[in-house]
Amino acid sequence: MNGVHDLGGMQGFGPVHPEVNEPVFHAPWEGRVIAIRRVLGAIGKVRPSGFRPTLEGLPPADYLSHSYYHNWLDGLVHQLLEAGVVTLEELAVGHPAKAGAPVVAMKPADAVTLPFRIPPALVKANVMRRFKPGDHVRARNLNPTGHTRLPRYVRGKAGVIAENRGVQALADTNAYGRAENARAVYAVRFTARELWGHDASSRDAVYVDLWEDYLEHA
Amino acid sequence: MKDMPDDDNSTVDRRRFLQGSATGAIIAAATSTPAGAQTDHTHQVVPSDPALRVKALESLLIEKGLVDPAAIDALVDTYEHKVGPRNGARVVARAWTDPAYKQRLLDNGTAALAELGYTGEQGGDIRVVENTSEIHNVLVCTLCSCYPWPVLGLPPVWYKSAAYRSRTVIDPRGVLREFGTEIAEDVEVRVWDSTAEQRYLVLPERPTGTEQMSEEKLAALVTRDSMIGVKKVRA
Repeated sequence: MNGVHDLGGMQGFGPVHPEVNEPVFHAPWEGRVIAIRRVLGAIGKVRPSGFRPTLEGLPPADYLSHSYYHNWLDGLVHQLLEAGVVTLEELAVGHPAKAGAPVVAMKPADAVTLPFRIPPALVKANVMRRFKPGDHVRARNLNPTGHTRLPRYVRGKAGVIAENRGVQALADTNAYGRAENARAVYAVRFTARELWGHDASSRDAVYVDLWEDYLEHA
Repeated sequence: MKDMPDDDNSTVDRRRFLQGSATGAIIAAATSTPAGAQTDHTHQVVPSDPALRVKALESLLIEKGLVDPAAIDALVDTYEHKVGPRNGARVVARAWTDPAYKQRLLDNGTAALAELGYTGEQGGDIRVVENTSEIHNVLVCTLCSCYPWPVLGLPPVWYKSAAYRSRTVIDPRGVLREFGTEIAEDVEVRVWDSTAEQRYLVLPERPTGTEQMSEEKLAALVTRDSMIGVKKVRA
C-alpha cells in the first residue's frame, strides 16, 4: 500500500531529535504493550507477520502524530479483535464474556527466553535465483493495495545486485498468513543520483533488500 | 454494561457505542480499521490515555487466562536489562582486537554473533558492515523500525521517527551532520535500508590512540549510535 508508513525520501519532518540518556521505555505501559504482544504471538493468539499491515492501515494522521508504542497498542487491539481473541463488548466492559476460560498463559520462565529464540527469518528452501551479484536490475513499478516491502522511492529505479540475501517468505503474502512463497532476496545498490537526481552526491548509495518479485532485468 | 445502547443487543453500533463510553478509547483504536476500509474517525475525538487502555486490556487478558502479569513483568525486565547496545559493543571490541573474529564477523555476521551468544528475535540474520577511511555505513528502516535487537536492544525513539526514516535515504550527510558527524566528500556514504528480514550492524572504525587498550576498555568506548552509523567512536 502506498501508505503513510512508506517514508523514505519525504521531506518536511524537520531535524532528528536524539534524546540524551534515553530510557528503553518512557512509561511502564510501553513495555507492557510490546511484552503482551510478544507473549500472545508466542502462544499463537496473534500472528506476528500480520502486525505490519495492521500498523500501516492505521489512520495516516494518527500514524504520524501518535507515539510509536501508542500505534503498537492500536495495532495490537486490532489484531486481537480480528483474531476474535477479544470482542468489542469485552473491551468495553473489561471482563470476559464467558467465565472459566482455560489457562494457557505463558509462564515467566518461558517469557524471559522469548527475546533469545531464533526467529524463522529464513525459509529452509532451495530456490532458483534469477539474478546474481553484479546484475543490472530495475525495481518494478508495483503499487499493490496490500502489504509490500518495496518502498516507493526505488520503484522504477535502476540498480545493481550487490549481495545475495537468504531465502525469505514473500512479505506481500506472508503478512496475510497465506502461503510462505519462499523467494530469493537480494541487496540492491541504488546510487544516490539514480534515486534523487544530479544534485545528490556522486559517491553515495542506498542499499535496499528486495524480494525477487520486485525486480526485473535492466 | 451500563454504557451500551439499550436498544442494541445483537450488533454494536460502534459510533453510538463510543459516545459516552468510559472505555471508548479502547474501542476507538479498534474502529480505525486497517487499509482504510472504514472512514469512521470517531476515535479522534475520544479521549485516549494509553496507560489506562493498556491496564484495561491487560486485566481483560489476565481474566481470560491468556496473560500472566508476572510473565509480562519478566519480559519487560529482559527488554530493559538483558538486551542492549552493550552486547554490540562487546562484538565491536572483539573484532577490533581479534582479526580472525573480525573476518568471520564480516563474512557471516549471524554465525559470528552467535559465537558470543547474541541471537534471537529481530536478529535471525545479521549482516555486519564495516566503516573504513573510504566508506561510511549508516542504518535505517524507512518502512517501519527494523533494528538488530540481539546486539543493540530496542531502537531509540529518534530511529523510529518520521524525520530519521524519511531523510536518511535522501539526505544522509545532512542527517549525520545533525549528530555532529561530518563525512568528507571523498568518503562514500552507504545507507542500508532494512526492508526485508535481514538486520544490520555497523562495525565502526577503531579510533586512533587506542592501540594499547584492552578489549574491555575498548568496549566501553563503543556507543549505540556508532553501531547505527550516525556517529564515530571517540577515544
